[in-house]
Amino acid sequence: MIDKSVASVRAAVADIGDGASVMIGGFGTAGMPDELIEALIDRGVGDLTIINNNAGNGETGVAALIKAGRVRKIICSFPRQSDSHHFDARYRAGEIELELVPQGNLAARIQAAGAGLGAIFTPTGYGTLLAEGKETRRIDGRDYVLEYPIHADFALIKAHRADRWGNLVYRKTARNFGPIMAMAARTAIVQVDEIVPLGSLDPETVVTPGIFVQRVVALGASVARAA
Amino acid sequence: MKRLDRDAMAARVARDIPEGAYVNLGIGLPTRVADFLPVDREVVLQSENGLLGMGPAPAAGDEDPELINAGKQPVTLLAGGAFFHHADSFAMMRGGHIDICVLGAFQVSVHGDLANWHTGAPGAIPAVGGAMDLAIGAKRTFVMMDLLTREGQSKLVEACSYPLTGLACVSRIYTDHAVFDVGPEGASVVEMIDGLTLDALQGLTGVPLRMDA
Repeated sequence: MIDKSVASVRAAVADIGDGASVMIGGFGTAGMPDELIEALIDRGVGDLTIINNNAGNGETGVAALIKAGRVRKIICSFPRQSDSHHFDARYRAGEIELELVPQGNLAARIQAAGAGLGAIFTPTGYGTLLAEGKETRRIDGRDYVLEYPIHADFALIKAHRADRWGNLVYRKTARNFGPIMAMAARTAIVQVDEIVPLGSLDPETVVTPGIFVQRVVALGASVARAA
Repeated sequence: MKRLDRDAMAARVARDIPEGAYVNLGIGLPTRVADFLPVDREVVLQSENGLLGMGPAPAAGDEDPELINAGKQPVTLLAGGAFFHHADSFAMMRGGHIDICVLGAFQVSVHGDLANWHTGAPGAIPAVGGAMDLAIGAKRTFVMMDLLTREGQSKLVEACSYPLTGLACVSRIYTDHAVFDVGPEGASVVEMIDGLTLDALQGLTGVPLRMDA
């Protein structure tokens, strides 16, 4: 019997070690897997490479991980925001490395990793600072930049419902990076509001097929929504 | 001579967005364009974090932290709307499926080069987000900005001095003084506010301008 459900967030992240690369879903706080991140902080590991759209908002999620000093490098598109103070301080102190990637290239590079592509040619960033030193090519009269896939050891993702095979449905704009990060990471770990019996997710509406998911952990409806 | 205020600029941009258009409105000033789209005109707003058919802000108390826009503010979804993941969202831009995007800018060149993500100032932490994808991906990229900086420098320039977002990507600029078309032929004035002359506008911008009949 296939059963990808794990009893606790603690058990779900138990093999993430020092120096791991970890994709974290979420756009701002929507879709941010706060409970998995808290469990990762509790493990005490560090020297992590984090891949997320942002570099933390406020005090929770990726911001908490940065605040705790666990992040060596962050790959993201939009670090600087009104509430990114923990990242800002570490970055200015030279304690965290930043790889800035245009948002669509970030998504395309993650998806390319999940799809087994060796590289992609993207028009985004051509002629800008973010393409300096990179190989370019003109194809059918348009200029493209060669960009490589972004792989990761783990992905931490928040979805709405799962079954024990790891099929996922998401909720509203919390979906964002979840489906492509699940594909790209060697081990995709997903927190959900509930795990439902096999066969009860409508197969026409499954967004992430279970083949891309290794672990699911049920937390109950999120505090924010219950409030 | 009365310069257009922000609402008047937004209303002017809205006039150029036709029925049936798929549109992305950038963070900040462009967001205001949504308030001036006539209710009987079906325009589908895309938000890069993963929705089409974005509606206005919800009533107080109805906010959902998992239903937000690219500026991370709570929004609503209209009938016919859809959610999708980030790779699909940016495929909509890069793939040329978005008809119009409206962006803010630090500078735009007369040839349509855009600078809107980074001042290049020492110590500034850069953030790019979806600006580069939007700028080069949409079928038409509009910029909405004040013509002059607070210090009176023209933001319509011969060549951008700030780091570029995209090359030759902007087609039209809406400002508080005038509307310009930009491109391979340089800048032309589409319309000006009452009381302004081409000579005076030329003086403000310091770039060659023409006015097509």
